[in-house]
Amino acid sequence: MSDALVQARGLRKSFGEVEAVRGIDVDVARGEVFGFLGPNGAGKSSTMRMIACVSPRSGGTLSVLGMDPGPDGPRIRARIGVVPQLDNLDAELSVRENLEIYGRYFGLPRRHVRAKADELLEFARLTERAGDRVEELSGGMKRRLTIARSLVNDPELLLLDEPTTGLDPQARHLLWDRLYRLKREGVTQIVTTHYMDEAEQLCDRLVVMDGGVVAAEGSPAELIGRYSTREVLELRFLPERRPSAGELGRHADRVEELPDRFLLYTADGERTLGDVAAAGFVPLSSLVRRSSLEDVFLRLTGRTLVD
Amino acid sequence: MADLAAVPVPRSTGLAPTVLGGIGRVVEHHWRWYRRNWRATAVSTVLQPLLFLLAFGVGFGALVGSGPNAAAATGGVPYLVWLAPALLAMSAAQSAAFESTYPVLSGFKWQRIYLAMAAGPLTGAQIGLGVLGWIGLKMLGAGAVYVLVIAAFGGITGPGIVVSLLAAVLTGLAVSSLVAAFSATVENEGTAFSALFRFVVIPMTLFSGTFFPVDRLPAVIRPLAWVSPLWHGTEIARGAALGTWRLLPTLGHLAVLLALLVLGATLVARLFTRRLAA
Repeated sequence: MSDALVQARGLRKSFGEVEAVRGIDVDVARGEVFGFLGPNGAGKSSTMRMIACVSPRSGGTLSVLGMDPGPDGPRIRARIGVVPQLDNLDAELSVRENLEIYGRYFGLPRRHVRAKADELLEFARLTERAGDRVEELSGGMKRRLTIARSLVNDPELLLLDEPTTGLDPQARHLLWDRLYRLKREGVTQIVTTHYMDEAEQLCDRLVVMDGGVVAAEGSPAELIGRYSTREVLELRFLPERRPSAGELGRHADRVEELPDRFLLYTADGERTLGDVAAAGFVPLSSLVRRSSLEDVFLRLTGRTLVD
Repeated sequence: MADLAAVPVPRSTGLAPTVLGGIGRVVEHHWRWYRRNWRATAVSTVLQPLLFLLAFGVGFGALVGSGPNAAAATGGVPYLVWLAPALLAMSAAQSAAFESTYPVLSGFKWQRIYLAMAAGPLTGAQIGLGVLGWIGLKMLGAGAVYVLVIAAFGGITGPGIVVSLLAAVLTGLAVSSLVAAFSATVENEGTAFSALFRFVVIPMTLFSGTFFPVDRLPAVIRPLAWVSPLWHGTEIARGAALGTWRLLPTLGHLAVLLALLVLGATLVARLFTRRLAA
């Protein structure tokens, strides 16, 4: 048996005239955390919904856990966990009831789901809130509960669609920690995000999606190595003293011009900054940083990821 | 066989309920919700039959009196006794319509609990039929309370009222299945539901023989009653309670209700599946 938990070839999804996913190839190996990165409308969620066996594909082949989502949807769904983009907890039930009733959907006996709920409450740090109605929880707590709920059947594959969108930094870090713990337990994860730092934190491997196709694929470090330089020098100028991209380009491998600043791609940011100053350009502010996936995305698509 | 890999290979429970079991789990979910929230509906469950019987059975009934005109329509029994089984059916049909509109749209759109269910091994058909099953159970419970209130008003003449209750639930299920199927196609409640209530549900409750026999209507309007599931349900419920039913017409009414229910349930299974796969 192949070790690919998910394998897609030429996978397509269209809604009437609109082609959301336009023929992508994906392989996700057992045990890895795999990311779909891209802006809103790139086709990430449509792809996730096909892998989750809720949305039928419009073309191509797809296998999940070695089965075909078409005929085997319920059997596959019995073995995966899904964290949707929008929480769909039952707000009028308690935290514990949400976990228990969800376990019942997976054909689990009452005693099993009660014990499992205890364990998941602990995992999500919600034991204290077990008896509270879900509508009383904060956004971060709801998200943690949704993730806990997705684990009720001990899934082999966990699908997370923008797991931390809308959360404050503290809540995000707690979630990342929980996802990391799952990874160590061997749970394969597929994550969509439009946060670069999240992708770098979580993903072993990822694809960058744009306009329904895969623009690039690799580990975060590989992608940065392939599509960007080691460092980036960010320069802001007063509007009246703003040089052209061409003038700055002489001092770097590549220049991106954004509305509010220039990005100079270079192996050594400090040295480039010195060169720019020596050439007589006086920036309002400057920042040297390591290249990130954001830069990869900018290079591949000519656009920033989150506007 | 020993697994020597550093990282364990997780094994999911991998179970899925049977077809009927899955439907049962959806009912169980709603039952859990009800156990926690029943107080909110308890008052109206008792109050509604109380108000209707007081207003129409007692108040309006006094006006109808027991003159020859009324006796010809009711077959000689007091108006309240004649009215009560029909109110039972009407109440079931009304609450069925309500339970199958906003709560169903919420399951797809606002709370999205159907989407959560569909992410697991359940199918759209199981979810839809489970929702119908729950509505049926709830109508049975509310109907039983209705019967008790009728008894308190002295509106019961015999055990036939139990059959009336079952007929009311069947009527409610037929209505519920058709309305839930419609709700599964509604994207935005906007005017869809208010039009449904204004142009379908309210006329149905007025012209299905609840308050007066449909043969008192002008001949051109009478066919409207024949397509109304509530009229068929009312005929069975009243016939059973008063002991005036005849075999063939009753079987006919039963056949219509069952046919509507089968049609509605089939549509629910299809349309829930379609909406959840969108």
